[in-house]
Amino acid sequence: MRDLRFVITPQDINREGFASSVPDFNRRSEIMRTDMGYKCMVTNIVRLTEQERLFQLHIINPVERALFRFRPGQFLMLELPGYGDVPISISSSSSNHEFLELCIRKVGHVTSALFTIGEGTRVAIRGPFGSAFPMDEMAGHNILLIAGGLGIAPLRAPLSWINEHRDRFLDVDLLYGTKEPAQLLFTWQFDEWKMINHIRLHTIVEHGDAGWKGKSGMITDLFNDIVIDTARTYAIVCGPPVMFKIVCSWLDRLGIPMNRMFVSLERRMHCGMGKCCRCMVGSTFTCIDGPVFDYWTVMNLKEAI
Amino acid sequence: MIYKVISKKEFTGFIDALVRSNSSFAPRQVDRDHHGNPVYQFQQVQSVDDIAFDYSATASSAKHFFLPFREELSRFLFHGNDWEQQITYEANPVVLIGLRACDISALNILDDVLLNGHFPSPYYLARRKNTFVIGMDHLPLADCFCKSMNHHTVTTGFNLFCSDIGDHYYLSINSSKAFNFLREFETRDPNFDDNCMLVERRKLIQNGFQTEIDVTALPTILDIEFDSPVWEKWGDKCLNCGTCAMVCPSCYCYSLTESFTPNLKAASREKELYSCNLVDFAVVAGGHNFRPKKGDRLKYRYYHQHRGFAENASQQICVGCNRCGRACLAGINPKDVINDLRMEKESCVTCVSSSPRKI
Repeated sequence: MRDLRFVITPQDINREGFASSVPDFNRRSEIMRTDMGYKCMVTNIVRLTEQERLFQLHIINPVERALFRFRPGQFLMLELPGYGDVPISISSSSSNHEFLELCIRKVGHVTSALFTIGEGTRVAIRGPFGSAFPMDEMAGHNILLIAGGLGIAPLRAPLSWINEHRDRFLDVDLLYGTKEPAQLLFTWQFDEWKMINHIRLHTIVEHGDAGWKGKSGMITDLFNDIVIDTARTYAIVCGPPVMFKIVCSWLDRLGIPMNRMFVSLERRMHCGMGKCCRCMVGSTFTCIDGPVFDYWTVMNLKEAI
Repeated sequence: MIYKVISKKEFTGFIDALVRSNSSFAPRQVDRDHHGNPVYQFQQVQSVDDIAFDYSATASSAKHFFLPFREELSRFLFHGNDWEQQITYEANPVVLIGLRACDISALNILDDVLLNGHFPSPYYLARRKNTFVIGMDHLPLADCFCKSMNHHTVTTGFNLFCSDIGDHYYLSINSSKAFNFLREFETRDPNFDDNCMLVERRKLIQNGFQTEIDVTALPTILDIEFDSPVWEKWGDKCLNCGTCAMVCPSCYCYSLTESFTPNLKAASREKELYSCNLVDFAVVAGGHNFRPKKGDRLKYRYYHQHRGFAENASQQICVGCNRCGRACLAGINPKDVINDLRMEKESCVTCVSSSPRKI
């Protein structure tokens, strides 16, 4: 994990640079990575549903590719030159250094433009930014992953981590709910998760159709199916804001400690670096203090969920 | 820090020499408001005669020299299917003359936010390093409340600070650059009388404040009063124009826009200063607004100014210059809002008085 932190002590800002020309750091230095993106090639685009596509990115420069490291839960800023940049959580495994996978839903200006590009297009990424799920701290415990809708995208990175280090974790449950069966993402991996990685996968849809043989209802209906050993369980929750409230309060009532419940929040971000304040919740930046928060922090943030 | 004393006549010569050889900005009277009071702004000056040393307060703050309203962050040049990203910093040396203590404090707060965080801003650093700041003290205006925020004096963040002691200026020299400039002019070391006059001047400033805000434990009070009807009351007045953030010396929130150049051969990413009171500040893709109500947005501004930063860096972001109060078209004043909030539990409905002492 590369530390982008570059601390300039207040003593250095003594205005002695006055009357010199442009400062010396006008070159591609380490701190420039926050503004100068890594150039990536879009190597593959998988159509998941009508609204969601999985973009596979390959960092072109081999040195940059080798240097790019992230932890599960972090996000990056994906830039389509001329259209703008958007914060996207990384859905691929953190041990995959060949390519990155980003699950993108068509919602805004930039994402709509991204849906028109083809394979071979060059885009830029900045990052990775933000906090990550404490996977080492979770080792030796049961894991309960709860995803609603597109919330499966940020959960795929910690899930890959768990799958790669399966012996470090005890029972792993994944509760996954969507509105319709067609909106279930990553269905081709369900069998792999269930059979090879021994993850107990529970899916539910709000409105089942003729072909749907699974359960129908809200994600809260799955709670009765599972047994939770509250003393040994870590929970990761990701989904629409309304889901956080219901699920987290239920987990809280069950007795899972608040510092063992993790949520991934969503806000509008413009910089990813704690400068633009667009993603600020109370006194906390979603981009540098988050997007992964424990529930205790979220509880203390006004207007968080 | 080295202290010197310079006569006002000699000081005028020093400023004149500085102004003539550098790109300099200083307060100038630009207009009169509807009450007939002069309006000042930091503007380019050619000679010392252009400078209004006895100005009251500038309408805009000095932050725009460091955080321009619109700034190009990077540029993409397209070649066929490929592109190249370019970043340049344009930071021309600038002399700023006549900043008040609160203006310099605001710059120190911006330094803290933009340079000491996780990701220091090279754009800001380039400008900050290429700016020569000359501060001047002043007697408080009727609506200044910087003493309450403890920003009526400043000890760092400037090159030269001048305190008015009768027919001399008491200079605090904070950089070798300023020291070298002053070598060519006649200065002397302060004697006992000069020091006494400086203390007198400080006392005069200290006791001159007519407006005070009780900020004791304000972060906690803001937490407790999160659901207070006071926010709705003041929010209803707010016009969501964002003027308060534009004139604020320490507001730095921004928005990024990206656009193609007319010939479609390049695209530029630009940063625009933004305001948390603008309606779409917290809108996410898909259209959900995390702060849909006027009161929510106004509350957020006060939280960021008076609460948010206190937790992160043990100081509040507001310096007490009251530019926002003066500029607000709806007459929202930080003093009234905060006092109202303090009053709220005592008299929920009738708290229209501006000062808690009156009730």
